[in-house]
Amino acid sequence: MSLTTTTAPGRATRARRPTRNGSLSLTSGLGLGVAMLWFSLLVLVPLAMVVASAGSNGLGGFVGVITDSQTLAAVQLTVLQSLLVTAVNVVMGTMIAWVLVRDRFPGKRVLDVVIDIPFALPTIVAGLVLLSLYGPSSPLGVNVANTRYAVFLALAFVTLPFVVRTVQPVLEELEADVEEASASLGASRLTTFRRIILPSLVPSIAAGAALSFARGISEYGSMVLLSGNLPNHTEVAAVRVFTFIENGDTASAASVATLMLLVALAVIVALDIIQRRVARRG
Amino acid sequence: MSNKWKAATAASVIATMALAGCGGSSGAAGGDRSAVNLVGFSILEQPNKKVIADFQTTADGKDVTFNQSYGASGDQARAVIGGQKADLVHLSLEPDVQKLVDAKIVADSWKTTPTKGILTQSVVVIGVRPGNPKHIEGWDDLVKPGVKIVTPNPASSGSAKWNILAAYGHVIADGGTPAAAKAYLEKFFGNVASLPGSGRDATTAFLGGTGDVLLSYENEAILARQSGSKLDYVVPDQTLLIQNPGAVTTKASPKARQFLSFLTGKTAQTDYAEEGFRPIGVKAPTDVKGANDPSNPYPVPDKLLTVDKDFGGWSSANTKFFDEKTGIVTLIQKKTGKQ
Repeated sequence: MSLTTTTAPGRATRARRPTRNGSLSLTSGLGLGVAMLWFSLLVLVPLAMVVASAGSNGLGGFVGVITDSQTLAAVQLTVLQSLLVTAVNVVMGTMIAWVLVRDRFPGKRVLDVVIDIPFALPTIVAGLVLLSLYGPSSPLGVNVANTRYAVFLALAFVTLPFVVRTVQPVLEELEADVEEASASLGASRLTTFRRIILPSLVPSIAAGAALSFARGISEYGSMVLLSGNLPNHTEVAAVRVFTFIENGDTASAASVATLMLLVALAVIVALDIIQRRVARRG
Repeated sequence: MSNKWKAATAASVIATMALAGCGGSSGAAGGDRSAVNLVGFSILEQPNKKVIADFQTTADGKDVTFNQSYGASGDQARAVIGGQKADLVHLSLEPDVQKLVDAKIVADSWKTTPTKGILTQSVVVIGVRPGNPKHIEGWDDLVKPGVKIVTPNPASSGSAKWNILAAYGHVIADGGTPAAAKAYLEKFFGNVASLPGSGRDATTAFLGGTGDVLLSYENEAILARQSGSKLDYVVPDQTLLIQNPGAVTTKASPKARQFLSFLTGKTAQTDYAEEGFRPIGVKAPTDVKGANDPSNPYPVPDKLLTVDKDFGGWSSANTKFFDEKTGIVTLIQKKTGKQ
C-alpha cells in the first residue's frame, strides 16, 4: 500500500518565505522579537523564578521536600489520576469529535456548544455542580464524595474539551477521497481507520492529551469540594503547594511546583515521541 | 547583526520600556487623600457594609471613601507584603498580622490599643444537620464511630487552626493531660471526612451534604442561617475564643487611624454583633437573626479558652501544633489515611 505519504495536517509544513543566509524579513523580525519578549515575560521568567526559588533550599532541601511521604502520596495521586483521565480523554475525546464531525443527529449543534462548558465554568462552580450531582445528596444515587473517584471525576470533567477541540478541526479537514481510495483498494474499515485516519489525527490527539494532562496535574478548584483533601488519600499536589505557601515556606512550595513542571515536561515529551512514532508507522 | 535582527531587538526593548513605564506610573499614583484602603478577611465583606455606612455618618468619617478588598486571611497578608495598598488590615488570626510586622508594614506596637489589637471575636462552634439527628452535644460526640466531620484544612487555611486548637484544648480544659488531648485529636482526624480549603468551602461542602458535623465559627454559622441555609449549631461547653486582629500600616492616613478606633467603639461592635460576631466591650443586641436564641445570641460557655492564656500565644502554638515537620497536627495528619 502506498498511501502512507499523507502528511499529518496538524504538522503540515507551510512553505517558508525564501530566506537569504538565514536572515529574517523586517516584519518577521519584529514578530519574532515581540513573540519572544511576550513569551519570556509571561512564561520563561516566572518559571525560572520558580526553579530558582526551589533551589534556594539546596539540593538536599529539594529532595527532602519531594520525598516527604505525604507530598509523595499527593504527587503520585495527581500524576496517576491525570494519566488515567488523559487516557480516557484520548478515547472519548476522539470519539466525541468523530460523532460531531461525521454524524448528523438532532441536537448536534447544541452538543457542539455544550462541550466547552466545563472549560468555561469557574472551577469552584464546577466543584459545586459535581458535589450536588455526585455527592452525598446525589439525585443519581452516585456518591463518590471524599474518595479518589472524586479526583478522577473532577479531572475528567474539566479536561473533557481539550482532545475534542484539537481533533475536531483536523477531522473536518480530512479528505474523504483517501478513505474512499483505501476502501476501493480493498482495505477494511478498521484498516482504513488505523492506517489512514489515525495517523492524521495522532498529532492533534497528542496535543489535546498534553493539554489535558497539564491541566489535570494543576487542577484544584473543581475538586476541592468533592474530594475532601484528605492527606494520603485524596490530597492532590496543588494542596501541598498551598500548604507550604500558607506557612510562608515558598522554597518548599517551589520545590513541589518544580517537580510537577518536570513531570509535565516528561509527559509532554513522551507524548510527542509516541505521536511521531505512530504518525510515521501509519 | 543584520538590520532585521536589530529591528527585533529594538521592538523588544521598546516594548519592555513601555511595560516598565506602566508599572512605574501606577506605583506613583497618589490617590485621594481621604480614601482608606481596607484589606480584610473574607467574611467581613457583609458586616463591613453597615459598619462603613455608620462611620460615614460620624464627624470623622464624613467624606471618607473606602477601597475594600476581601479574601482568605493568609492570601491578604501576602498580597499586602507583595505591594497591595493598605491603610488598615483586618485579618483572621494574629500570625497573619505578624507577617506584616516582620515585613515592616505594620508597627511592632500594633497591640497597644484598648482591645490589644483585636477588632472582632467569635467562638468555635459545632454545626449540625437541622434537628441534630446525630444528637451532637459536645466534643466527645465528634469522635464516636460513624460521625463524619467536615472542617477546613488547617494546613492550607490559617483560620482552620482555631478549630483544631479548640478540639485539642477542650481536653485540657476538662483537666486532661496533653497525651489525652493528642489521643483525642488522633481519633478526631480519624473521623474527618473532608478538609476543604477554607471555612467558606467547608460550609459549602457541608451544606452540599458532606458529613454529619461542621466545625465552624459562630459568626459563620449565624451568617449562613441569616441567609437561609439549613443548619443548626451547638456551642460546646468548652470552646476557644476566636480573636481577629486588625492594625493600621505605618503609612496609614489619619482617617484610617480614626476608622480603627471607630471599629472598637460601640456602634461598630453592635453592627458586628448583629452579623454574628461576639461584641467587645458592649452589650449584645437582643435581636440577632440566625442565632440559636436571638434574644440571648451569645451564651457564655462554661470554659472559654484563649490562645494567649491556654496555648502560650500564637507563635508558640503555631510551632507546637502546626510546624511543617514536628507539629502535633502535622504529624497526626501525616498518619491519617494510611491505615
